[in-house]
Amino acid sequence: MSTKEIPKLIDDKGIRIDGRKKDELRPISMEVGVLARADGSAYIEWGDNKVLAAVYGPRQLHPKFMQDPTKAILHFIYNMAPFSVDERKRPGPDRRSVEIGKVCAEALSNVVLLEKYPNTVIDVFVEILQADAGTRCVGLTAASLALADAGIPMKDLVAACAAGKIDGEIVLDLKKEEDNYGECDLPLAILPRKKEVVLLQMDGSLTKEEFQEAFDLALKGCLEIYEKQKQALLKSMEVSEDS
Amino acid sequence: MDIEAYLHKDYILSLIRQKRRVDDRDFEEFRPLAITKGYVSTKADGSAHVALGNTKVVVGISIELGEPYPDKPEEGVLSTSAELRPMASPYFEPGPPREDAIELARVVDRGIRESGMLPLDKLFIEDGKVWVVYVDIHVLDHDGNLIDASGIAAAAALSETKLPRYEDGELIKGEYQGNLPLNGIAIPVTTIRIEDELLVDPCLKEEYAQECRLTVTTMDKNIHSMQKGGGHGSLKPQQVEMAIDYAFMHAPQIRKEIEKA
Repeated sequence: MSTKEIPKLIDDKGIRIDGRKKDELRPISMEVGVLARADGSAYIEWGDNKVLAAVYGPRQLHPKFMQDPTKAILHFIYNMAPFSVDERKRPGPDRRSVEIGKVCAEALSNVVLLEKYPNTVIDVFVEILQADAGTRCVGLTAASLALADAGIPMKDLVAACAAGKIDGEIVLDLKKEEDNYGECDLPLAILPRKKEVVLLQMDGSLTKEEFQEAFDLALKGCLEIYEKQKQALLKSMEVSEDS
Repeated sequence: MDIEAYLHKDYILSLIRQKRRVDDRDFEEFRPLAITKGYVSTKADGSAHVALGNTKVVVGISIELGEPYPDKPEEGVLSTSAELRPMASPYFEPGPPREDAIELARVVDRGIRESGMLPLDKLFIEDGKVWVVYVDIHVLDHDGNLIDASGIAAAAALSETKLPRYEDGELIKGEYQGNLPLNGIAIPVTTIRIEDELLVDPCLKEEYAQECRLTVTTMDKNIHSMQKGGGHGSLKPQQVEMAIDYAFMHAPQIRKEIEKA
């Protein structure tokens, strides 16, 4: 790692560049059922991230030879809008989005009762409209809400959140500058009720002890996210006065 | 893949319940590792062949002159790709890399990049000109654990790579100024979960029965990259911790084998 002009990310009082404490999430709002056409949908604003998720299915999978006679297949398409980042992103899939789609599909396949829908596909589309670090966690969290909104039976929600290391300290939920100049990023997704891991990636540099601290912090973040997810789902069930 | 996987899965499960592995290894034991550096040495700037049990991988390193990324004008470029050649498995097909190949390349890439084993700042030549290091993974025979075999092969190949001579703005083909600078050797170690058991370095039949895998890449005392993949299964926090312990346990010996190869 080069040592040149890295801005200070935590001040003397332990406050981060956007005023957060080390174990504090960014402001988050979640809304379920935001698209008319999709079978299920959700929209999350998480710091400066703006992410939409839509679910179609279960529906017939084509081509037919791709079908699994024992269960449904879950596809997760992660897509960044060209205008979602500072330097325009070339439209279309790249290696990063393919990998994110793969690990997120694996995470969601853990909770969705795929055996109920043989020969079908459940398509999950995640659109990153504005990106500010942690988009795979936002996307996965939104996708899980959209699946619930679509009425697809699941064992649990999937809640995701990242921890990382900046200025030598373990912190929760990195924003862009912290991710760029920080020393580590650790996205985590869990089954909140069993507290088991369904997505775990990490890059940067951590000792085993630091990993443990970051893991515990990310886990705590996931549980906070889970509470927000439940609230958003309950809110979507409310019957308004005039309807 | 599905029929073969289905047939092998029950057998592997029954063995695991008897605390046995299909090749009689201990659960935390690696398969025999054979590393050949300079495997294709006349054209590539560095290369290595790795046999991990029956899994065979060749990595070739090509170094070219190129431009830096605009956001990192004083750093060289690392580019890693992987090809799952159709000769390696009846389920690999010709054509551009798919999901599995992309994940493989990216996990190996992150191990090299995040560990800083390849110091990209030392690959800067002059304004607008840097060395571009291509790491090309060629899987020849797939008997499981492609990530570790490829990561070890990439590390071995980089460790014997020579940096081309540079004169008057040109790369002099076939002449070298010395070794590619390296800060160390990052080693990936993959652990899978089958039921409640953890197994290190799975062979293909074991992968058929796995719930999921976790790869942990370490260098010296630090973790530099992790990737959970290989299926829908979940991991308990203590299983994640075990996988980290296995990574630290195996990496020094593998590193030694790369050094003496």
